[in-house]
Order: sequence, then structure tokens, then C-alpha cells
Amino acid sequence: MNHEFSVNSPFLFAAAGIILALVMAQAAFFLIRAWRQAKKLGIDTAKLKSVVKSSAIFTIVPAFSILIGVIALSKKLGVPLPWLRLSVIGALTYETAAAEAAAGAVGTSIGDTSTLLTASQFSTIAWVMTLGIMAGVILTPLISRRLLSGVDKLEKRDTRWGEILMSALFMGMISAFLGMIFGKVGEGLTGWIPVFVMLTSMVIMLICAVLIKKFKIKWIEDYALPVSMIGAMALAIPITNVVNAAIG
Amino acid sequence: MKFRDMSYDDGTHFWGRIWMWGMGIVLLMFPTAICLYFNAWPEASGFLKGLLAIAPMFWAVGTIEVLTYVPMLGAGGSYLGFITGNLTNLKVPCTITALNKVGAKPGTPEGEVVGTIAVAVSSIVTTAIIFIGVLLIVPLTPILDSPALKPAFDQILPALFGGLGVALIGQNLKVSIAPILSMVILFVCVPSLAPSGAIFVPVAAVIAIAAARLMYKKGWLK
Repeated sequence: MNHEFSVNSPFLFAAAGIILALVMAQAAFFLIRAWRQAKKLGIDTAKLKSVVKSSAIFTIVPAFSILIGVIALSKKLGVPLPWLRLSVIGALTYETAAAEAAAGAVGTSIGDTSTLLTASQFSTIAWVMTLGIMAGVILTPLISRRLLSGVDKLEKRDTRWGEILMSALFMGMISAFLGMIFGKVGEGLTGWIPVFVMLTSMVIMLICAVLIKKFKIKWIEDYALPVSMIGAMALAIPITNVVNAAIG
Repeated sequence: MKFRDMSYDDGTHFWGRIWMWGMGIVLLMFPTAICLYFNAWPEASGFLKGLLAIAPMFWAVGTIEVLTYVPMLGAGGSYLGFITGNLTNLKVPCTITALNKVGAKPGTPEGEVVGTIAVAVSSIVTTAIIFIGVLLIVPLTPILDSPALKPAFDQILPALFGGLGVALIGQNLKVSIAPILSMVILFVCVPSLAPSGAIFVPVAAVIAIAAARLMYKKGWLK
């Protein structure tokens, strides 16, 4: 077979579409199984619906940021490859770096939108991006059972310590990412922008917490995190502009 | 063993492995199909150079993600989440929020199903939004890609972790002090490490666990 190549070939759209349909099927399969099990455990439907609602609401803003990643990469790589890579396994932070590294290795760059990719360059980039993110796919099935039963044994031995251990694990993750936000403060005032945005998000979250606890406005619970996120992102625009103006 | 006799957890691991390895093969079929359909084979030198540039780092981060996120997401959430991806910026915070909301603990039967439901719903919503976005890519591009909005989308992670940080620190104030201080000091003093920050998740987790263990032994954590 030898078809004329284009980064937006209908063949690529069809292939990406089929894979995404399978991913949706997997999500539906796990959702239905978990839902049935939840009913068996006697968890109320209202509680489950609130999980569904808060998860769906939470997802909207990050999903748009992923869409922006697709748009950014699509200028060079066409739509189907970034669409697939960012909807399956991919994460915004990795895929952009992977695409850039792969494009560099075949003698071009993602920013160079004036020249078209050859079929062979495109195929190289697709292979590098796909193999780069396979670690989780291979490892999760191999170790997650042992890992979970280890955690489980520990929790059974000392329930309170098990709980603290899980909280410490969460805090470890959050701390690493909070720390990274301070990574550019040495570069002067512009490096503080992420810190200012983080503080803005914290303040909005605290306001929401006060509204929920003191004024008993329960419905805010579902929206507290998305609201602090969107609020801080919206305020990032004037914050960035003010900082840039201050530097002159 | 018959499927009917399997416990829920055994079934999750059984089906999870089938789905995960199956999807892994399906994912490899995409670049394979490009090679066959267009008769376009990767350039050996470019392929090796590209893979060497990203694989060591990505595979290290991937391994760390499995070790850290599997206990948080639970079995079902992990088998699905490690296929649908976007864990740090989406699936993990989403699951933490869902668990907090209903007061379920990770590692319990309730935490397991709530985690799976949260990851599944989040995966379906993300895939749907990106699908609609791709259909509307022509009218959407000038809006989402505008320079005026760029500063907002550049700051998505600080905006996410600020709010999430408050929610979690509020519940574990004592446990949070040591890892947060050490990570902030680390990245301020050695800024060159910040781009590979995910590698430090286990370091921060070990610090958090060690500090928590000490406080627990001293009886500071009830």
C-alpha cells in the first residue's frame, strides 16, 4: 500500500477515532462495574450521583487546557496524532516535550509551521511519542496488585497509621508540585507570577470554604475547586500584564 | 476459576490487565498503521535520537506515577487512569476531590468504587470535550489560541494546585509542613530541577511519611 501522505489524512482521523471509541468502551465498562459494586456495598445513589457530578464539573477546565495543547501541536503535526496522544495516556506536559524532542531528532521543530512534515518524519514522531509513554501501561498491570495488597496489609496492622500514611502520600505529591511553582522566583518578578496565581487560587478556595462552613451554602462544594481554578486563571491575565508593565 | 466466583477486586485485576495490555497493543497499532498505509518507515537515526531524548525521563516519571498514584486511585481507577492519562493535571485531583466529597478513604472498598467512578466519569467527559473541540477546531482556534488568553492557560497548574493545596493542607496541616517547606526550599535553591519536578514526588512523599511517622510515634497526630 502506498497512499498519498498528509498529516490530516482521513485515514488517520479514522484510526484515531476507532482507538478513542475503544477507550470510551473501557471507561464505560469500569464505570458500570464500579456502579454495580457500589450498590452491593449499599452506597446511596444520591452519594454516587454527587461523585459523578463533582467529577464531571471538575474535569471541564483541565479538559479545555488539554484541547489547547491539541490545537498548539496540530499546526505542525495535524489534528489526528495530537488528538489521540492527548486523549489516551498522554498528558499535556509530556506530549509537548515529546513532540518537540522527536521533531528535533528528525531535523525540524514544532514551531516551524512553514515546512510540511514528510511521511517518514511523521512516522518517526508518532513512534517516539507512542513508545515514550508506555511505562505506565506495562507496569500498572504488573505491580498494582502487589502494591495495593502491601498498602492494605499495612492499613490492617495499624488503621490510624495507614490513614496518616495515605495523607502523607497525598501531601508528598502536592508538595512537589507546590514547590515547582517556586522554581522561577530566582528570575526576578516574572518568576513570581506562578506564585501570585497560586496564592490567588488559595484565597478564592478559602473564601469558598468560609461560605460553605460559616454560611452553610452547601452547593458551593462542587464548584469550589473549579471556581478557584478559573478565578485564578482569569486573574493570571491582569497579574501577568501588571508584572510585565512593572518591569517595563 | 469461573468469572462468577471472582470477588470484585479479583475481577478488577483480571479485566484491568486484559484491557490495559489490549489497549497497549491497540496504541502501538496506530504508528504501525501509519508505516503500512503510507509505506512510511521511521528514520533509524531520528527514531533513536528522539527516543533517547525522552524515554529515560518519561519512563522514570511513569514508574514513579505508578508507585504514587495506584494507591490513591485504587485498582479500577488505575487500570483506567493509566490508559486515559492526564493523571497529575486531571485524574488524581479529580479523584481526591471525589473521595473528600463523600468522605471515603483510599484503600477501602468504598474508596475503590468511588475512585473508579471518578476516573471513569472524568475520562468520558475529557474525551467528549476534546472530541467536540476537534470537530469545532476551526472556529475555536482563534479564541483558545489568542495571545490575550495565553497567560491564563500558562498558569493552569498553579491555579489548580493552589486551590487543591488549601483543601488538603486544611485536613493535614501537621503532615504538610515538612514536605512543603523542603520542596519550596529545594526548588528555590536549585531552580534547574523544577522542569523535572515530577521526579521529586517520591522524595517529597518519603519526607512527608518520615515526618508523619515521627509525629505519630510522639503522639502529635491523634
